[in-house]
Order: sequence, then C-alpha cells, then structure tokens
Amino acid sequence: MLLPAKRLNLPQRWWWNCSVACGVLVYLGALWGPVGRAQDRAVQYAPADIRYGAQIYTAQCSACHGVNGDQVNGVDLRSGQLRRAPSDTDLRNVITNGIPGTVMPPFKFDPPELTGIVAYIRNMRDFDARAVTLGDASRGQAWFEGAGGCTSCHRVYGKGPRVAPDLSDIGAIRTADILQRTLLDPNGSILPMNRSVRVVTRDGKVINGRRLNEDTYSVQLIDDQEHLLSVAKADLREYTVTKTTNMPSYKDKASAQDLADVIAYLLSLKGLR
Amino acid sequence: MILKWRAPSLLSLVLLIPGSLCAQVSSERLLRAADEPQNWLTYSGNYSSHRYSPLQQVDPTNVKNLELKWVFQAQSLQKFESTPLVVDGIMYLTQSPNDILALDAKTGRVFWMYHYSTSPASRPCCGIVNRGVAILGDTLFMATVDAHLVAVDAKNGHVLWNNKLAEAAAGYAMTMAPLVVKDKVIVGAAGGEYGVRGFVAAFEARTGKEAWRFTTIPPPGEPGHESWHGDDWMHGGGAVWVTGSYDPALNLTYWGTGNPGPDWNPEQRPGDNLYSDSVVALDPDTGKLKWFFQFTPNDAYDYDSVQVPVLVDTNWGGSPRKLMLWGNRNGFFYVLDRTTGKFVSGAPFVKVNWASGLDAKGRPIPTPQPPGTPTFPGIQGGTNWYSPSYSPRTGLFYLSAWEDYATVFSGVNVEYKEGLRFTGGANTSPIAGADNPGGTRQGPINTYTEALAHGAVIALDPQTGKKKWAYEMHDVNTSGILTTASDLLFVGGREGYFQALDARSGTLLWKVNLGGEIIAGPMSYQVDGKQYVAIAAGNGLFVFAPRDGSN
Repeated sequence: MLLPAKRLNLPQRWWWNCSVACGVLVYLGALWGPVGRAQDRAVQYAPADIRYGAQIYTAQCSACHGVNGDQVNGVDLRSGQLRRAPSDTDLRNVITNGIPGTVMPPFKFDPPELTGIVAYIRNMRDFDARAVTLGDASRGQAWFEGAGGCTSCHRVYGKGPRVAPDLSDIGAIRTADILQRTLLDPNGSILPMNRSVRVVTRDGKVINGRRLNEDTYSVQLIDDQEHLLSVAKADLREYTVTKTTNMPSYKDKASAQDLADVIAYLLSLKGLR
Repeated sequence: MILKWRAPSLLSLVLLIPGSLCAQVSSERLLRAADEPQNWLTYSGNYSSHRYSPLQQVDPTNVKNLELKWVFQAQSLQKFESTPLVVDGIMYLTQSPNDILALDAKTGRVFWMYHYSTSPASRPCCGIVNRGVAILGDTLFMATVDAHLVAVDAKNGHVLWNNKLAEAAAGYAMTMAPLVVKDKVIVGAAGGEYGVRGFVAAFEARTGKEAWRFTTIPPPGEPGHESWHGDDWMHGGGAVWVTGSYDPALNLTYWGTGNPGPDWNPEQRPGDNLYSDSVVALDPDTGKLKWFFQFTPNDAYDYDSVQVPVLVDTNWGGSPRKLMLWGNRNGFFYVLDRTTGKFVSGAPFVKVNWASGLDAKGRPIPTPQPPGTPTFPGIQGGTNWYSPSYSPRTGLFYLSAWEDYATVFSGVNVEYKEGLRFTGGANTSPIAGADNPGGTRQGPINTYTEALAHGAVIALDPQTGKKKWAYEMHDVNTSGILTTASDLLFVGGREGYFQALDARSGTLLWKVNLGGEIIAGPMSYQVDGKQYVAIAAGNGLFVFAPRDGSN
C-alpha cells in the first residue's frame, strides 16, 4: 500500500496540486464539487479520497494512461464518459479485473485505494486546475457569438468557420483553468500541434493554414479557405511554423464578467455523440 | 537420355545438399550463421548482434525496384514487435500475445499456428508483445508474457515442454526472443516496474531442465550486495528485457539489465544498486558472472540498459581488440573491452544534462537538474530497446535516437506491494498541457511535433564516438535497424514509413508508407535466389523483394 500523504516526500508541485485542488473545490463547487460528473450523480467524493487517488493514479496508472488520462488510444479518463465503466461499480470492476485481451491488467487494490482511485478518475479533469470564477453560460454564449468575435474563427456544433479549432467538445477536454489561460495568453497556451503554418511552393504559391498533422516528408493542413491540403516538403520552397497564434488576447478586451461567462459557456460544450 | 537425365540430377543434388544438411539447426550452424546468408537464424542475425545481412542482391542502385510480395495480418491489435527467423525457406514468426506461426517465406502462406493461452494474471508493464523465437535442432523456443518458456516442434507446432520461470502475478513477464548457446536456451525476465528481481536463466534445450539462474540483484553474501542498503535489494529491479549476445571464443554471453526499483526515486534506494542498468558477462555453461559494467549508478530516470550488446572485433589504436558497442538509453555511446568489461571510450550521442560527462572509468559525473525542470534525455531515453546495427563494411554503428527530448521527473516514496507498480514518482512533459512522447503511439496523428522531440537514425564512428551522419525524422523513431553487405540501411519509425538509406552517407534511397507505427527490427533472407526484406508495421508483417525481372 502507498504511504499516507503526510509521510510522503512529495515535491513542491504535488503540494501545489493538492492545495490547488482544494481551492478548486471551493470555486468550482457549482460545476462538479464533490458530486460525480459520470453516471453516479448521487455519489459523493471526499476530497481526501480524491487526493489519495491522485497519488495512486500517478504511481499505478499514469505510465499507460498518461498524467492527463488521455494517452491510451480512444480512452480519455478526464471526459467522464468511459465506455466500459459508466458507473463507479463498473469502474471498480474494470480496475480489479482488468480487461482481458488488452494491456489493462488486473490491479490488487485494497478498498480504500480503490475508493480513492475511482474518486480521482471521476474528478481528475479539474484536479490540477487553478481556481477560476465561472459566470453565466447563456450570457457567455451571447458574448462568444457577439462582442467576443469568437465565431469569426471558431466553429461550434456545425456553425462557424473552421479556420481555428472546432470547440464543440472543448468543455470535455479542457479545464476552466486552461480555458482562462488560453483566453488571456493565447500564444503561451497554444499546443505545438495546433500552430499555424505558412508554406510557399516551388512555383511561388503561398498557403496559410493550421497544421493538422506532420511527418518527415509531408504536412497536412487546413488552409484559410478551409481546404484540406497535404503537401510534400520536397515540393516546398519555404515552410514556416508560426509560434504565435492569430487569436487575440482578451486580457484587456474582455471584462472579468465576460471571461467568467464565456468560460462557463465553453465548459458546457461537451460534444455530440 | 539417361545421361541427360543424370546431369540435372547431379546438379539438383548439389543444390539440395545445403538444404539436406540444413534439416536441423545445429549449434554449429548458429555459430557460423554468416556462412548461410539466405537464413536469419537468431533474433539479431548473428551471435555478435550486428543485425547485418551478408546478402547484397538488393543494392543502392536497384533498391527502388523493391515491391511488396506479401503481407501477414496479425490476429491481434497489440504492438507488433517481432523479428521473424527464416530457416531454409520457412519463416517462424510470433504474434501477440504468444502465438507462433510457421509460414512459407516466399508467399506468406501459413503451415501451422501454435496458440499459447497466457495467464490472466500476467501484467507486462509496457505492452503485451513478443519479439520472436529461437531455434535449435527442430525445436522453437518462445518466452511468454506470463513468464513461461515453451519449446515447440518446428514442424508441427506441438508443445514439447513448458516451464514456468517466475510469478506473472508479481509482475514477471517475458517479451524477448531467447538466445540458444550450445545446448542451452537462455532468457531473461522483465518486470522492473513491479519491483521484481531480474534474472537471466538457462535451460537444457532438450528437456527444459533449468541449468542455471543468475539473479541481477545480488542477495546478502554475494558480491555487489554492498551497493544496496537494508532490504532495498529485495525489490531492486534489474529486469532483463532484450536478447543478449554471445562470444564463442571467450565463451561469454552478454546481457543488458534494466532500472533499479523504484524507477524514479533514487533516494529510496541509496547506493549504486548493482547490477541494475548494467551489462553482465556470464559464462553460458554455468551462469557465473565474469564481469559487469554499470552505465547508470543509482539511476533516477529509468535509463534501462535494454539494448542489444553489439560485439565488434576491430583495430583500436593500431592493435586488434575485442570490443562491445553500446548506445545507451542514458544518452551516452560506450565502447567497452568485452574480455574484461573495462571502459574504453564514451560520449553523448544526444543532448544530455543529467551528467556532465564520464570519468576515466566510464562512470557518469551526475548533474541532477533542479526540481520541475527538464532532464535530457527524457523518460524513453536517447534510444531504447530498438535494435541497433553494425556493418563490418562501413565500420559504423547505427542506432535510432530521440533528439532534443526531455522529461520533468519527480520522485515519491512508495511501499512495495506485490503485483502493483513500484515506480515511485511521475514524469511529465516540459510543455504544459502536452503529453510526453511515450513508448508507443497507435493513432495516425502526430501530436508531439518538433517542440517535444524528434527522431533520427545516427551513424556513429566507434573510433571517435562522433556522428558520421544523421538522418533526421519529424516524429520520434521506434524502429530497429538492418544493414546489408550492399551498404543499405533499412529502418522504419513511428510515422509508419519503411525506408532504405545509403549506409555510408545516410541518403534516402527508397521509402514506402506502411500505415502503422514500426516498432520492430527489419531482417533479410533469400529464397530461390531472391532476396527479401521483412518488417513488422502496425499489425502486419510486410515482406518486400525486387520486382520480377528487375535485376
């Protein structure tokens, strides 16, 4: 069994995470608080269990599932939507018995460990997040589609351009904390894979777009005319990956209330199934 | 008529002699694998583990004429890491978890398939995989993910014996191809992430009787135990993941050992933690340790020495020397004297900041990075288990490398509990929100990009430790490497391309997109006068040969 937290020689980041998690519990209570986001709506998760589960997850699960819970193909533990484990009982069974024929082995956890790890998985999306103030989602949608100007680049549920990433499921894959950071500091938050690229072909044609995939010999992108293009690097005169993004910072462009509202709206976007 | 009839008969007889004599794979044939370039008799192609084929029909001028001859689709969606053997036109291939297939090496048609049912208690840390079989006589040997060693009739796939080597429920697993030396089958056990004590063990090929077992973490009373404190040795790791090598003249077999346990928390196990992260030289008859060399004492970064030892006889400073070449996961390239285990030279082959260099004895000078900052190379290392290659023609050592790759490590105390992971910490990407490139990526989208790491094939001159050339890749490179006597180099990669490079210059000569990550080593063989090159990619084994009439 893992040692209790107080005996652990934890690096600073751990304590930061834990204290942050407590902060999130206060601030984001309305969003998820101690009530599960999965099927077990009535289940209460004790903060101590969540913290304990986080330690076990790091030690036992993160090597395969990744620290963000999305490293196994087709499995995103943060999403709260687990095909094989809609309920907490299912989740306990999967962990205890493994999934035969896959790399998921059976784990011999004792009951407190199992309780902790289930609590953490059901809450891991927001565990690492900083406290964020949430506003009103419907006001946020109005700002998103109006004053914020977001729909001039982003698409939601089939409406809007595809120049920037489609945000239809952004609330399932990003925390409030990361959404806020992206709104305030887009250049510091953009993942390398989503960077804009500029290519100039040998015959002088200039293509600006957003990178979708890349390998040694080619790059796949969606250009500013929304064409899906795959270009061979050997055919290019110039290939530039832009480290800055066209998305403006809303640091001075949005009020605190607007930000709180739009983050609440973005968190409500869970994607269609 | 009779004369006309007899002449081709004699010719046929002559042609048949090698085949007739080759009915069984004797230990003599394994010793002289170079004499039968048409075959691939051991995991690494020869006892020196050069992964070098003496075949030269496919060469830099005609490699563009390679075409797909056949594909074997595995009945498994697990990673496909197997290197097949080919013996006189018959291919022996494994697929996950532990099936063996005998196929016609010309057409891919299957003669028989043996299915081994693995224990549900097995828990290989890093994939339900198998990397191939060994052969002696008419018997194939396979190590299993639930830590058994199985002997199977090469003609019909029937089991001859099945030995349990260790407890799968405790984390012991075996994914390597065994090594046959004389009349023994030698294997090692993985499980370093579960606090096992690694071992190399030998079994009588005929009966399966255990001949000896060398435990990589010495118990009290044995030399090396003084490098541990208290009971730390009991879960000390030192797993043995990858097939070893053999020097018949010295009568020594060489094996790389894995990380100490727990992986990322060296403070919990003070001392050098012998013989983790080492190469051990063992007498194949007795298992007695002749010498060891430890690459990473008191490892904090999971820098397993899970590499195939490459044995090279070459001139060094004007005199002939028996050497061992080793591109280590810790980012350093080493040359060792394989008679004595003494350090000869060493230099980093990727960016390294966990050590400032090696001292005169090859011991690293540690420079641990401040908490929360990146350590180079990252968790998967500067290279990993992917087979390197050595070409006696070019004199170069080739390996797949991860360049500009770092991880933020943190250690946590952890108590051992049988069957649970014993890693003691965490590792994260230096870029917030971005996943760290891991041991595998099954999806088609590269999310890592140049900001986190990139792969390369590196050609090192062993004499200087310097790069002769590097072939840069966008994504990281998880492929083994094959070189041939026509100075070709074959390599795959995470992107799914299978590529042929000029082994002397690194120039790209041919490539094909196989549509799935390549996490295996290429090999080559010849049947009926035609040279084939085989590589596992995604969930298939792809076999290429020159287009008919192209030579």
